[in-house]
Amino acid sequence: MKTLAELQAIRDKARKEINLREENPDAIRVMVGMATCGIAAGARPVLNALVEETGKRNLTNVTVTQTGCIGLCQNEPVVEVLVPGQDKVTYINVDAEKAIRIVNDHIVNGNVVSEYTIGTAIK
Amino acid sequence: MRELSLNVLDIVQNSITALSLLTTVAVYENTAEQKLRIEVTDTGKGMTEEQVQNVVDPFFTTRTTRSVGLGVPLFKMAAEQTGGSFEISSVLGSGTHLAADFVTSSIDMPPLGDINSTISVLIRMNPHIDFIYTYETGGQSFTLDTRELRTMLSDVPLDNPDVMAWIDEFLTENTNELKNSK
Repeated sequence: MKTLAELQAIRDKARKEINLREENPDAIRVMVGMATCGIAAGARPVLNALVEETGKRNLTNVTVTQTGCIGLCQNEPVVEVLVPGQDKVTYINVDAEKAIRIVNDHIVNGNVVSEYTIGTAIK
Repeated sequence: MRELSLNVLDIVQNSITALSLLTTVAVYENTAEQKLRIEVTDTGKGMTEEQVQNVVDPFFTTRTTRSVGLGVPLFKMAAEQTGGSFEISSVLGSGTHLAADFVTSSIDMPPLGDINSTISVLIRMNPHIDFIYTYETGGQSFTLDTRELRTMLSDVPLDNPDVMAWIDEFLTENTNELKNSK
């Protein structure tokens, strides 16, 4: 069973590592819509997939956060990717699988997954 | 909502918006009596009498962007369509409490779903505020209190990946323990 004492070891380990996530102006922000509409459409597994994939790849310059309803309820789950110095990219109807591809193609390799963006997908 | 844990995730967003610093989520399962009770208690800014009465109305919201708010009405509907009940009370300036009772044998009973994932997402996305989560089934229970975790961790944030992994395992282990001992 997990014990609270184990957290001390985690604390000591974490203190040795420099936390790159904090106050990093070059951080890539990934925002998941988590209002009623987003949650109902499946935002939670999308968020989990994003956190898991960025964690697995140790992408310390990426912050995954949640946002409210942006008025695209019919296209939820919506994921917005903000790379500093570039235009914001809005992905619609995202699921866990698409989320992983967004991390791999867009965030890691810099290629926007245009087939999932609002501009393409809605046509 | 496909599962009740998603309703909970949605409802607690209201608490966070109301600037609750300590939010309690409790799930009480009584399989013998076929009952399930979900309670959410926050220490947010609370609501006026009038707001409490209006909050179950889908066309009431504190948002200014549009005039629809479905979080509370959907949760209430989920409880009532099983033959259960829903109550909400609030004290302006000190917090809001809501409780939903479900009859689990009802054909309209949604699954509780992955409640641990809901708790995990809430902590991960809001590492600066506290949550208490209690899960009770078969007369036994366990509690996760982020204030206790914070004491052990001191300056290390709750959303540290290793801490989150510990929280996820803690929730899974304890849930399985309770389910297996039934």
